[in-house]
Amino acid sequence: MTNSDVVRPVDSIVIDIENITKNYVMGEETVHALRGVSLQIHRNEYIAIMGPSGSGKSTLMNMLGCLDTPSSGRYEFNGKNVAEMNDDELAAIRNREIGFVFQTFNLLPRSTSLRNVELPLIYAGINPVAREEQAMKAMEDVGLGDRMYHKPNELSGGQRQRVAIARALVNRPSIILADEPTGNLDSKTGEEIMALFENLYRRGNTIILVTHEADIAAHARRTVHLRDGFIESDELVRAPELESEPLAVP
Amino acid sequence: MKRFIYELSESWKIAAAQMRANKMRSMLTALGVIIGIVAVTLMGTAISGISIGFDKSMSVFGDDVLYVGQWPWKRVDDWWNYRDRRKIKTEYAEPINRMIATTPNTNLIVAVPTSSVYRSVKYADSEVNNILIRGTVSDYLITSTFDFKEGRFFNELESRGGANVCVVGYDVADALFPSASPIDKSVLINGQPFKVIGVISRQGTFLGLFSLDAIVVMPLPAFQKYFTAKSEADILVKVKDKTKLADAEDELTGIMRRVRGLPPEKKDDFSINEQQALKSTLDPIKNSIAIAGLFITGLSLFVGAIGIMNITFVSVKERTKEIGTRKALGARRRTILLQFLIESTALCLLGGLIGLCFAYLMCFLIGAAFPSFPIHFSSDLVVVSMIVAVFTGLISGFAPAWSASRLDPVTALRYE
Repeated sequence: MTNSDVVRPVDSIVIDIENITKNYVMGEETVHALRGVSLQIHRNEYIAIMGPSGSGKSTLMNMLGCLDTPSSGRYEFNGKNVAEMNDDELAAIRNREIGFVFQTFNLLPRSTSLRNVELPLIYAGINPVAREEQAMKAMEDVGLGDRMYHKPNELSGGQRQRVAIARALVNRPSIILADEPTGNLDSKTGEEIMALFENLYRRGNTIILVTHEADIAAHARRTVHLRDGFIESDELVRAPELESEPLAVP
Repeated sequence: MKRFIYELSESWKIAAAQMRANKMRSMLTALGVIIGIVAVTLMGTAISGISIGFDKSMSVFGDDVLYVGQWPWKRVDDWWNYRDRRKIKTEYAEPINRMIATTPNTNLIVAVPTSSVYRSVKYADSEVNNILIRGTVSDYLITSTFDFKEGRFFNELESRGGANVCVVGYDVADALFPSASPIDKSVLINGQPFKVIGVISRQGTFLGLFSLDAIVVMPLPAFQKYFTAKSEADILVKVKDKTKLADAEDELTGIMRRVRGLPPEKKDDFSINEQQALKSTLDPIKNSIAIAGLFITGLSLFVGAIGIMNITFVSVKERTKEIGTRKALGARRRTILLQFLIESTALCLLGGLIGLCFAYLMCFLIGAAFPSFPIHFSSDLVVVSMIVAVFTGLISGFAPAWSASRLDPVTALRYE
């Protein structure tokens, strides 16, 4: 069963990519990291992007995360054309629409977890009082209500990743983009983090998981396989309607 | 705008945290700025000290007095044209005063003749050399700016009669009468006794070159009798309204031409000088000293700025990943630029504050140790050095901050 078999309303499309390519010039050679990828991601999807190294997986993730723009092709994010945006417009999209979760957590080492979570709100221009309130809420959402004033080096790996997830959530983004979120965690902690993602998904969040581990990808409802810059397969693993119907987008 | 304020306050917090985290490095870097600010500030205090001394020296001439003399108070290239001018005579004062009295709406008050020589002055076993002996009239008091430490100036009667009285400068009184009052004592000049009737209070030096207190003033007839009647003279003319100095100068020129009997086709063969003209001659010298001094000390600040630039580059390099993360979370180029600019500015401001404290301390110590050293610490200087420190920070931080803001987020995130 492929994605196109599932009928979904068009206005629920968050990400709409059509035939994008990305070329890098490395020395004398031009590397074709993406050779024409088309992908549609709807609101409240839980999608895993898989592929071996060199498949274009990271490049696609950078595109999806608006960290980079494609060499050619169309990319619309919530109906806005991202492919032609300048750096500052991309920064605004990243700030409001995308929550990043990194393999290495990427927390600021000298700031408390609460301050780390507040960071996207500072860049969004939210006032200090609302900022703290929202950040605290996000910390509670990831189960770290009692770790607000700890610095990253006072937290375990799993807790650090939870802080990072709280930071990704705090601006209520359209998508959460997680790049190997369990890559630096032991398998038990990894499962806890995946349970957290499952929970977030059920609460209506859109989650894009980039991973090369099949058992991590198995948590997603849809899996996209990349190989040599092409989409090799795009399949629904479990029918999303069955589980998330009560929480589906109104 | 609101976002800019939040970003600004966030940047200050980051800068403070950064300095706390790298105390040693921050202090060493700030040291360059500290030294620079100390040098520039001390130079500034010296310059303003010199400037104040300069103005004080200039005020001796009075800003409402015109000086008629053979030579102009400025550099002239054709000095031979001035050399052969007729001498200015003390006798001119009389006709000038007559003409002033008969001119309606005159801008001039009174003309005072002066004539001077250098002689030594003796009292008992003490002797002081190279004292300016000046002969003048009682109206000299009107054109002068000095006060009396004790005693008085000679009156009109003494002035006209050429009494053997004199008024001595502070240095003369101090050297000849270290413990007693010189009033009513007689000093010997050229073997001739003169009774001291007044002591002028301390005037200081003229531009630090010579003392204004090594002077003896006496009635002109006595001066001409015992010294010389032919010596070069100056005529001092007091002006009514110093805002109309140019009018007064014109009027005096006319009077002088009549006194000299110059036909209309002849050029002036005298010079009318005033404090302002002398100032504008000497100001460029003062300014070039100031500029040279500030330039040299500014170099040390420049070295400090290079240190700041260097450390900011290091900071950008080692926090590349953090920059990537911030960009991923929505920091714009401007935000990153601001963050690093503020870091470098905070370092400079810290250095500037510490430097200023040192400079103040040093000024205080120098002032206590050498009271005559021209040094002046002002609140303007504090503001100026803080502005200089901020600008140093902004300029030195700009290149690294710019490079940070231009980092590609993908590359920065992958940086290890």
